[in-house]
Amino acid sequence: MTSVSLTIDGKKIQAEEGTTVLQAAKKAGISIPTLCHDDALEPYGACRFCMVEIEKNSRKKLVASCCYPAENGLIVNTKTENSEKIRKLLSELLLSISPSGAHVDIAKQYGIVKSRFKQMDNPESPCSLCGLCVRYCAEIKKKNAVCFVGRGVDRTIALVPGVSDTCSSCRECFDVCDAGKIVYLVDMVQEISCPPLRPVRSKIK
Amino acid sequence: MTTFTSGKDLEQYQKNLQKQRDTKKTCISICSGTGCHAYASEKVVSAFEDQLKKQNLTAMVDMKRTGCHGFCEKGPIVVIHPHNYCYVKVKPEDVSDIITSTIKQGKPVERLLYEDPETGKKIMLETDIPFYKNQTRLIFGNNRKIDPKSIDDYIALDGYKALTKTLTKMTPQQVLDEVKKANLRGRGGGGFPTGRKWETTKNATTEPKYVIVNCDEGDPGAYMDRSLMEGNPHSVIEGLIIGAYAIGAHEGFIYVRQEYPLAVENTENAIQQAEEYGLLGKNILGSGFDFTITVHRGAGAFVSGESSALMSAIEGKVGEPRPKYIHTAVSGVWNKPTCLNNVETWANVPFIINNGAQWFAGMGTPNSTGTKIFSLVGNVNNTGLVEVPMGITLREIIYNIGGGIPKGKHLKAVQTGGPSGGCIPEKYLDMPVDFDELYNIGSMMGSGGMIVMDEDTCMVDIARYFVNFLSSESCGKCIPCREGLRQMSRILNDISAGKALEEDIELLEELSEVVQMSALCALGQSAPNPVLSTLKYFHDEYEAHLHGECPAKVCKALIDYTIDPLKCKGCGLCIKSCPVEAITGGKKGAHTIDTDVCIKCGNCLDTCKFKAVQKTTGKHRENPKKLVTMEKR
Repeated sequence: MTSVSLTIDGKKIQAEEGTTVLQAAKKAGISIPTLCHDDALEPYGACRFCMVEIEKNSRKKLVASCCYPAENGLIVNTKTENSEKIRKLLSELLLSISPSGAHVDIAKQYGIVKSRFKQMDNPESPCSLCGLCVRYCAEIKKKNAVCFVGRGVDRTIALVPGVSDTCSSCRECFDVCDAGKIVYLVDMVQEISCPPLRPVRSKIK
Repeated sequence: MTTFTSGKDLEQYQKNLQKQRDTKKTCISICSGTGCHAYASEKVVSAFEDQLKKQNLTAMVDMKRTGCHGFCEKGPIVVIHPHNYCYVKVKPEDVSDIITSTIKQGKPVERLLYEDPETGKKIMLETDIPFYKNQTRLIFGNNRKIDPKSIDDYIALDGYKALTKTLTKMTPQQVLDEVKKANLRGRGGGGFPTGRKWETTKNATTEPKYVIVNCDEGDPGAYMDRSLMEGNPHSVIEGLIIGAYAIGAHEGFIYVRQEYPLAVENTENAIQQAEEYGLLGKNILGSGFDFTITVHRGAGAFVSGESSALMSAIEGKVGEPRPKYIHTAVSGVWNKPTCLNNVETWANVPFIINNGAQWFAGMGTPNSTGTKIFSLVGNVNNTGLVEVPMGITLREIIYNIGGGIPKGKHLKAVQTGGPSGGCIPEKYLDMPVDFDELYNIGSMMGSGGMIVMDEDTCMVDIARYFVNFLSSESCGKCIPCREGLRQMSRILNDISAGKALEEDIELLEELSEVVQMSALCALGQSAPNPVLSTLKYFHDEYEAHLHGECPAKVCKALIDYTIDPLKCKGCGLCIKSCPVEAITGGKKGAHTIDTDVCIKCGNCLDTCKFKAVQKTTGKHRENPKKLVTMEKR
């Protein structure tokens, strides 16, 4: 395996080619907050907490470190004004939908206990839709029993109909869930039916 | 059935077609684009067919349903060749007059001609109408001349000539160099240099490679890709084959929205015809190059227009964007190198090959070459599709082509680039329209939406509308877009309801910046544009809303309808029009509106003949600070 050399927060770091900036940083003992990342799963890039500033060809750019590949000569700063601003605001956004969950710890690191945003009515809380359960089930278990339904603010996780047997004997996704939502889902829905989807306007030929 | 096995075959066929076509024969061409279709152009077609049959004229007269002419405001449009008389707003009952005067005697029907609103003069030819005269119709030029269902119509107008040239006289590298030299930039929004994108895919080592036409146009009010795909599908297909040859792809997709049934139909029909002629399939024109195209129908999500989401959709997955730090040009559909371009971008390619890069780069500005199609809508006299060289000013588009603002009103702003574009104030009207200039003032070219707004538009309401739209179209994958847009929309709703505080505006600005910096795909990254641009150029309107005033008198919570007793004649019309019985008053006596009951629908204002009904604003928050803190409790 060839290795690449990059600089993270002023530290010279050797990383294996094909690894991400996040993995390289972690190896060097630099922690970057994330909600949706797990080393066992494919990078997803949804929570955006891991945004870092990179410098390449003397141009600066904000990227999600969980997806960005470690490259030779790359200069990475994990705690810049902008990346900190993003993390603070994202944790406020999540606090506005749920007072508990993994984001609370990140918020605390920044001294945030209360969100400036209006509290949203969210009976589905405390899920941050990080997708760890969905991806764990699809990528590791290859069962595809948990899925996303809905779009935008209506997005939520659901269990695919007819999987309750598989689920009750497995339940491995409980371990990856920081919010405990999946526990609530599986316990509540024993014989699961798919939530009704909105009718599609135009018929497909 | 003709199948061409060499470029010479096709050239010969083209020559024969051109010879056969009798240019002196009368031809009635009726616009059958979606706009005219909605104005019942099909009924006009049937009326013509009936009349021609009755009068035994069928053999002497040709009929043609063409693609969109672009001047949709005046549809249905009918052009009679060889005189080229152009009739606007034609109804079935006008058909007999057209046959008697024009078809039989060659004389125009005066009342159906377009009247120049400035001079009052009737204009006979389509090309003399100011709306068309000030445009440069390159990509759109053939739309009005051909029947989109006929490949022969396209071939007769030098169609597939560029493909013949490409396959018989050029190497893939030469094609690529030509496109690079032409400096063509992507018409879908980002303006990325097309040649560089092609080169990346060409140089990628993985096989197979794919090419894609993005026809998932979802911007409210924009329909240029639709009109091109519906009106001249072969021009897009020809561009795609040429691109595939340059890149080394043998399979292509045309991603069309399911909501564009005519585009789907015409595209599928065009592909079938091209296959029959041997212009698609194995060993095209004897060159040894193979290429096939599949139509993929979109399932109605706005975000699917984003390239990585579109590719997920083609793979059969949910149309959700994925991070693109490794470009889709290298790892796209099924992780194979994929070159995706917009409809209009592909349609430019045959022109570049036929006329050369130098000719193409001669149009527009040095960094934005060629022409661009805009969908000109909103508060403008001539709505429709316009094609202009890059670098033309907004003023020329809105006033010379668009005919200015209706009812003599004042222009307030222009929004370019679709829902996530910025609102440009009047002071920038003389700025040249090109990719970089628009970006520099906080907007973007986008796919070419252009919404004109007059003095009666509330900029807070506009920002609110677009953010609400984008929030409901967000896929919900990343937090800044899903939760950020939800909160932005919430704050904007509060502002237009007169319930916001100064710090809410500050928070809105901060949140907008964070969403812009951190969202996963272009939908989220550009979603704050309408907010940031209105905050920048129309900050006073936001301030006014804090004090309970909507200067444009749009935001319902901040306006009242009142009746001026001096002007009211007591006619009672408004009383009848009011759906909630909020208006009282006896006969001949001045009426009054009970503001507590009034739902602010505006019916009374529209019905009053004496201009006695007025909208007022500004008394809704005597003391905003106090009011809001009380409400929050």
